[in-house]
Amino acid sequence: MTLLRLIAALVLMTLPAHAELTIRFTDGEIEPMPFAAPNFIDEGGAGQFATDIARVVASDLQGTGLFREVGAEAYISQITSFDAPIAYADWKAINTQALITGAVQASGDQISVKFRVFDVFTGEQLGDGLQFAGTQATWRRMAHKVADAVYSRITGEGAYFDSRVVFVAESGPKNQRQKRLAVMDYDGANVQYLTDSSSIVLAPRFSPNGDRILFTSYASGFPQIYLMDVGTLAVRALGEQPGTMTFSPRFSPDGNRVAFALERDGNSDLYLLDLATMQLTQLTNSPSIETAPSFSPDGSQIVFESDRSGEQQIYIMSAVGGEATRVSNGKGRYGTPVWSPRGDMIAFTKQNEGRFHIGVMMTDGGEERLLTSSFLDEGPTWAPNGRVIMFTRESAGAEGQAQLFSVDVTGRNLRQIVTEGPSSDPAWSPLLP
Amino acid sequence: MNLTTKILIVVMALGLAACKNPNRYGADGANGAGMTQGGLGDPSNPASPAYFNQTVGDRVLFAVDQSTISDQGRMILAGQAQWLNTNSNYAVIIEGHADEQGTREYNLSLGAKRAAAVQDFLISQGVAAARMRTISYGKERPLAICSDEECYSKNRRAVTVLQVGGGL
Repeated sequence: MTLLRLIAALVLMTLPAHAELTIRFTDGEIEPMPFAAPNFIDEGGAGQFATDIARVVASDLQGTGLFREVGAEAYISQITSFDAPIAYADWKAINTQALITGAVQASGDQISVKFRVFDVFTGEQLGDGLQFAGTQATWRRMAHKVADAVYSRITGEGAYFDSRVVFVAESGPKNQRQKRLAVMDYDGANVQYLTDSSSIVLAPRFSPNGDRILFTSYASGFPQIYLMDVGTLAVRALGEQPGTMTFSPRFSPDGNRVAFALERDGNSDLYLLDLATMQLTQLTNSPSIETAPSFSPDGSQIVFESDRSGEQQIYIMSAVGGEATRVSNGKGRYGTPVWSPRGDMIAFTKQNEGRFHIGVMMTDGGEERLLTSSFLDEGPTWAPNGRVIMFTRESAGAEGQAQLFSVDVTGRNLRQIVTEGPSSDPAWSPLLP
Repeated sequence: MNLTTKILIVVMALGLAACKNPNRYGADGANGAGMTQGGLGDPSNPASPAYFNQTVGDRVLFAVDQSTISDQGRMILAGQAQWLNTNSNYAVIIEGHADEQGTREYNLSLGAKRAAAVQDFLISQGVAAARMRTISYGKERPLAICSDEECYSKNRRAVTVLQVGGGL
């Protein structure tokens, strides 16, 4: 029997047949599922990892806004070994609905982590136990993988914790901002800087398998698009053409082509570059501004922004160019469209009556929903499972700074991603292998 | 010291400061643009870059989300063209900028349109296209940093930056 009722507000949530745990929504308010994640068992050499991994798992789940951790101070019984029977009554008594147990073993440079999830109220294990192994340096990834598995088993949705975000790390005053490319785990940990601050860099994007990054840089003195190899950090300029500005580069879903904007004599149009042949195809030919392309997940269409109607609006065309259909139809200006990984929605930035919003709409422009509102929100990027959107929020005034925020597609759970310094232009990687 | 001398000294001090710190976008300038910046000279000398920047006027301003040059802008640009046609040993880079009320990549396009509008006007006034290049900074290099129209109006600009010795 089901312990909690599911309300359909969890978008596209389909529960596996065996799942009993669900998350309740009442009057549009979420009632997060209480869970416990006791420190994992040290099965030899694990030391601090046993605690740290459990903490990251709990942080991942709690950060979704769909789960609430029951703290260790409330525990009646302890988990003393990975295979010991679960005292369900003790966990039920403190109103824990999901229990996550785990064990860690470390030797040399290696670490292995195993875990189980239990439905406390039915007294059953939810799915099989799983084990991950790797080097100790990857311990946070293993914690994310555990949390991903727990999240998927309970919600029936795709995972997203074991992913990275490429972004622009900012420093310095507003009129001489220094910018560096950086990558971090989705939760802000493990920051790695990819460029120094000698050139302005803008709007990076991960390739579909995360091995490369597209971005715009002023390294040549003029804005041009570049391709970076994530493994070697080697950078090469793409399709440089004297007297033009290139920007806004985005990968095709197969990773073989790049759609981008090219400006010549003041006019920006969209082009497609084949990375294997370096053949360039013009996609739009209009005296208006065309920029910010984003492929549909099947690669057949491109959503982009254009001011051909007199102001910034969102259009969809075939990925080979041609006629475009306007999809945004509300009040205000619409830009930075990004196709969701599920293919059903488009996230965008909307400017209306002096405010900026991050919003989503169906691909036909219907069911527009504004998720945020502030002085300056822009540049949405989708989590790999299409459930969460990260974006830039910049505060007003001379001391104004950019920060990264995320919000659920339902508009719930607005959170800041804490970074070392001001940050902008986040772009989510795919789920890591 | 009479008033005229005082003003001249102030102007010269500004000229010097501008030499080291062109206030087009802030102290660190074009961020590795590889541009050379020579002395700006005596602003009382009509052939000096300082005269161009201060007396002729090195920038024109734009309305919100527009790249059309105003009547006042046309007067300034006519003066720029006359100066450039007289002082043919300078090349120029025209920088287009936008205020922060816009998304980043759109503002790059908008800045490019503004720079191109200035270039087109200068060409119409006889300045050789080969002497000019344009660049857009979008909203990346505001001049004024408050978040009010007072600052925004200064940031929606196209600045004609002289390149010493780069002319024909």
